[in-house]
Amino acid sequence: MCNPPQRPELSLFILQFLKKLVHYDGVDGPLKFYDEMFAGEDVPHEAYAAYHGWYASQDPKALRKKMREAEAVFRRTGITFNVYGKKDAEERLIPFDIVPRIIAADEWAVLTKGIEQRVKAINAFLHDIYHDQEIIKAGIIPAHLVANNEAFLQEMIGIKPPGGVYTHIVGVDLVRTGRDEFFVLEDNARTPSGVSYMLENRETMLQMFPELFAANKVQRVSNYPQNLRRSLSSCAPQQCSAKPTIAVLTPGVHNSAYFEHAFLADQMGAELVEGHDLKIEKGRVCMRTTRGYEPIDVLYRRVDDEYLDPLNFNPQSMLGVPGIFDIYRAGGITIANAPGAGIADDKAIYSYMPDIVKFYTGEAALLKNVETWRCSDADSLAYTLDHLDELVVKEVHGSGGYGMLIGPAASKKELADFRAKLIADPSKYISQPTLALSTTPVFAKSGLTPRHVDLRPYVLVGCDGVRIAPGGLTRVAMEKGSLVVNSSQGGGTKDTWVLEA
Amino acid sequence: MLGKTAGGLFWMFRYLERSKNIARLVDAGFRIALTQSDSENSEWTSILATTGALETYESVHKDFEGMTVIDFLLRDSNNPSSVISVMRSARNNARLSRTALTRDVWEAVNESWMMISDRLKNPITYKDLPDVLGLIRRQSAQVQGTLHGTMLRNDIFNFARLGTFVERADNTARILDVKYYILLPSVQDVGSPLDNQQWEMILRSVSAEQSYRWHHRDEITAKGIAHFMIWDPCLPQSLAFSVSELVSILGNLDSGYDKVSPSSNIASKFLQDLNSKTVDTIFESGLHEFISKFLERNNELAASIERDFRFTA
Repeated sequence: MCNPPQRPELSLFILQFLKKLVHYDGVDGPLKFYDEMFAGEDVPHEAYAAYHGWYASQDPKALRKKMREAEAVFRRTGITFNVYGKKDAEERLIPFDIVPRIIAADEWAVLTKGIEQRVKAINAFLHDIYHDQEIIKAGIIPAHLVANNEAFLQEMIGIKPPGGVYTHIVGVDLVRTGRDEFFVLEDNARTPSGVSYMLENRETMLQMFPELFAANKVQRVSNYPQNLRRSLSSCAPQQCSAKPTIAVLTPGVHNSAYFEHAFLADQMGAELVEGHDLKIEKGRVCMRTTRGYEPIDVLYRRVDDEYLDPLNFNPQSMLGVPGIFDIYRAGGITIANAPGAGIADDKAIYSYMPDIVKFYTGEAALLKNVETWRCSDADSLAYTLDHLDELVVKEVHGSGGYGMLIGPAASKKELADFRAKLIADPSKYISQPTLALSTTPVFAKSGLTPRHVDLRPYVLVGCDGVRIAPGGLTRVAMEKGSLVVNSSQGGGTKDTWVLEA
Repeated sequence: MLGKTAGGLFWMFRYLERSKNIARLVDAGFRIALTQSDSENSEWTSILATTGALETYESVHKDFEGMTVIDFLLRDSNNPSSVISVMRSARNNARLSRTALTRDVWEAVNESWMMISDRLKNPITYKDLPDVLGLIRRQSAQVQGTLHGTMLRNDIFNFARLGTFVERADNTARILDVKYYILLPSVQDVGSPLDNQQWEMILRSVSAEQSYRWHHRDEITAKGIAHFMIWDPCLPQSLAFSVSELVSILGNLDSGYDKVSPSSNIASKFLQDLNSKTVDTIFESGLHEFISKFLERNNELAASIERDFRFTA
């Protein structure tokens, strides 16, 4: 009749004394949202175990110093973005948080399957929509949704891009609401940005906290530029020589993402060109070099469709190359991403993504869509108007977090104003439930404090397969309770780790 | 490499060279002002003339008070040849040719811009001046150092060096030009010892006062200085040194590109003509005329480089 010894509890009791508690600011009692680091009060998820132990042993003062150092590193390396309409703050830093976002290997494996399935479906969809339009004939997508869509490019009908790839680079924006609950918020099939931050965030963390990378086996992302080069090269036009010439087309030094354009060109050994560096010669797109004009095989353009070619599209454009689309049509150059790819990430098309995946892959979509009401539809509009204070309403063609309404956070006046806009032009909008986005701790003056995050993995689609950089860019809303993570709206970023299996 | 990138490098290094030279000029003027209060005004006038900003200055300021001129030369964004304007242009050109620079060079120029613009945010006092001028010169050397230490010796490097020497030739010539009346007050003064203060001013403007002493001891004559600054093959600030560097850099480009560029021919002829002259012939026909012609040919060479290597469409 003897009781088993109480030692386990006792040792746990002692441990509580030995170990410093990690305080999670503003969180008293159970967590309101799924937290990426904490499963409960001072109990980390497994992927965060080593980090949690390390953090507990750190002196907050020293960490604050590191945080300032990080900012100095970003300034010196020139990792800035330009803000439109702000003269004095022409170049700004995106706030960087020193607490990494950590994803376990098994979690990542599930995600990559879903992402790969999705980008394959997107490419099949684009091919179909610019050729036979089977998906419309099958009655899955209404014809008007494509034909009347601004993102649908008539000129692309019947054109087969080199290698049949439309979206060479895709950013899939994911949000999380629970352990296994990921949703795709939107697909970025035009010119997704931010990958340079993924790379520089890692570089900065390696410099500041090398010991963390000894304690955690983190999958590396530094080969992204080489992979980008390989992936783009695999899609070069057939006539191209063994080693394709690649150039990055930027709108110029004043573009908000110029740093990234220069960075990527530099890292993959490509030229960084502007429209005025290019002209058409002997059926090729050529760049002005110190030795004369030389042909380009693959153009990674960071210029929107509309501005690509003043002869074929917007005649006012100063950013593009007159006649480049004719060369493209004749198979003389690869343009990444293909013109017209934007129809696949249109917010009105988005709501059909589960059907699109099913139609082209024959499988159910692995990644969930957020429930979406298209306000062009009378019932959906009525629902949206009835529940405006609970929903997120977005412009169908908007991006960057501009022109959107977050119902629960909006004032009465904002709600009333938006209601009027909605009624005036309902087809311009979609609405979605306000998701309980997961939080991740950020390091603030008071210590760790939760902030909402999303995740943008970067996907390369080449003629030789799909490559997904392990992790991606975690964007974080720097203000308490805010759900807006866009850098143009003051959002920050974190290094994102995928642990080795 | 892209023509635009080559142009960006060329100009980036022209501007970096220029910022260092403005700092030196201010330093030289400042020293004169410290020791010789009554000649201060004419010193600052000649320095403004050297940087080509005299007219702009006179359109805004009435007098030539030292701190006003220094402020104008260092901090005034409305003056295109102030250190702040020139550094901004250097960095913008570095941004433009970012893909051709090693990370070290880029960070050096970016950091230079951050440090210098930060230091020049508020007006400079006399007390701070040596510090500020030191910073500007050190940062320029820092960029040159990373260029030499980390860049491949290919055409990218050559375009950067072309910019450096086109600008240096221009600067040394301008300093000589503005000071020609000191060097050559009248024909009969040739050969007579010069006023200590003045010669030091000239040599200090190109950081060559020590070098001159090493070469010539204390024989400070107009001929001696003119010869030193125009022809000395060992002095990296001399006209002949700069032009012969240009000849050899263009030669490197020629062998890489497998053809002789028109610029290469222009530079060779330029050097040949320069070396065929002597101090006596120059002083006879007039130093000012000689310098004007030199500046003109240097500009022609720069324009030819821009054309040959397609800096612009």
